[in-house]
Amino acid sequence: MRSPKRLGEKIIERLLLLSALVSILLVALIFLFLFREGLPAFAEIPLLSFLTGETWQPVAEEPKYGILPLLSGTMLVTIGAVGVAVPLGISTALYLSEVAGSREKEILKPFIELLAGVPSVVYGFVALTVLATAVQTLFGNTFRLNALNGSLVLAVMILPTIVSIAEDALSAVPMEYKEAAWALGASRWETLRRVVLPAASSGVFIGVILGIGRAVGETMAVLMATGNSPVVTADFFRSIETMTAAIAIEMGEVVHGSVHYSALFAIGLVLFAITFVINLAADAFVERSVRRFKR
Amino acid sequence: MNKRSKETLFFQILRLGTYVTVSTVVALLAYLVYMGSDMLSFSFVTSFPREGMTAGGIYPAVVGTLYLMALVLLLSLPLGVAAAVYLSEYAGERESRLVKIIRIATANLAGVPSIVYGLLGLGLFVLFLGFGFSLLSASLTLSLLTLPVIITASVEALKTVPHSYREAALALGATKWQTTKRVVFPHALPGILTASIIGLSRAAGETAPIMMTGVAYFLSGLPQSVIDQFMALPFHIFALSTQSPNPDLTRPIQFGAVLVLLLLVLSMNLVAILLRTYYRRRLS
Repeated sequence: MRSPKRLGEKIIERLLLLSALVSILLVALIFLFLFREGLPAFAEIPLLSFLTGETWQPVAEEPKYGILPLLSGTMLVTIGAVGVAVPLGISTALYLSEVAGSREKEILKPFIELLAGVPSVVYGFVALTVLATAVQTLFGNTFRLNALNGSLVLAVMILPTIVSIAEDALSAVPMEYKEAAWALGASRWETLRRVVLPAASSGVFIGVILGIGRAVGETMAVLMATGNSPVVTADFFRSIETMTAAIAIEMGEVVHGSVHYSALFAIGLVLFAITFVINLAADAFVERSVRRFKR
Repeated sequence: MNKRSKETLFFQILRLGTYVTVSTVVALLAYLVYMGSDMLSFSFVTSFPREGMTAGGIYPAVVGTLYLMALVLLLSLPLGVAAAVYLSEYAGERESRLVKIIRIATANLAGVPSIVYGLLGLGLFVLFLGFGFSLLSASLTLSLLTLPVIITASVEALKTVPHSYREAALALGATKWQTTKRVVFPHALPGILTASIIGLSRAAGETAPIMMTGVAYFLSGLPQSVIDQFMALPFHIFALSTQSPNPDLTRPIQFGAVLVLLLLVLSMNLVAILLRTYYRRRLS
């Protein structure tokens, strides 16, 4: 009687394991297809001129496939977004975990988490119709859609990630740490700055890293906000184009199998590599912060 | 400045930062609701666009999005939950190298940009497997994108079930699978539900991946099978506001569509968050 039952158990376990392996399969498939479709590009475009070429003109008479403008566009909006979202995000996380009353926190935290659910096309629409006009009225810039516009909307989008993860890390700091500091005569602010924040630093850092990852990979919002002209610039008031936007806009018009098509997959490969490194870094910090409070 | 007033000052700065952020976003949402509410009506959601999409409703886009959500649910939920059950219940306390790789892969997938999923979908489903530019290709692509969200959150839900429950069932002679199915799973169900709602709402709002795998700018009818192209709300908003000949002319329709999408997605998220709060309170 026992053995068929055992057999059933074994089969179920195997099936479940098979389902779990899908994650590994998926990573492998992403690698495989990005390489398969992207590598042919390098038969035509030398790798160095792809990565460092300053002109992205894939549909010109003499097409040029330099992704430097796209890389710099992505970097510029990401830096801008991080510059705005990190101070705001960390101060919000600090406020929620240490200052806000429990009632206040119960309303604010779900609200901020709710923001993570707003689709990026909605943020893009807001950037296109409302924010761009507001920015132009304020600064009188020539380019209506520009990097600043993209940075601001991205900042709002990555804020929930930063706040949510940083707040979890701050709340996880053991009460004894704070009590010890208070007992030594430290004020609540001093405890927060000198004890709680340093103890939670790797968790806060993970929030920031994942926020950066989200900013780099975001497509629709930056596409609709930044004007999409591939130039190498550090000027926030210029129109720029990101890697993601170039893929999204141009993929609809390319001939499958052409150099341009492969070049877009190659951009995807660069993008995937960047976010993969960012995620691995975050993962390494997770391990570190988990070990921290274990004794 | 003494300790006390310094503390008050810094706390006020933190409070200011928080409320400036929150109120900006509230104002923006309120603006979207205000602008969209003029258009919002039963006929807006249930009638086809007319006159080259400059008039009429958004019916095919709404239906397309609902089709997508249904297919994504069908494809990603069973697989995602099964994976989560393995990782949480069967993988054991001391995780093997394989399980560790699975865990890292899953965490990483959650951070892969949606446009990269779009590229995968185009390469794998549209071209390699020959599903073409279709509802099927787009749903499969979005299912892959949703999978890590469902796995991660379901593992968390399963982990909150107290160990003593499992031990009690095992002590009564139940097998591992019986314990999982009858004891652990029912307790984790609200959490798993939360996870799938959040995953599904993310799929509903995605634009870039479906642009590359099957969404259409305009169709005169609804998709008749999974190999047809389809319209979808997020892409409809994008297309009307950037690709149409006269975006200013269709602005009211755009705001209306934005509000419908927001209502759909945010109500799903709200339900998920409330469910989670309620569930956490019941457990503690």
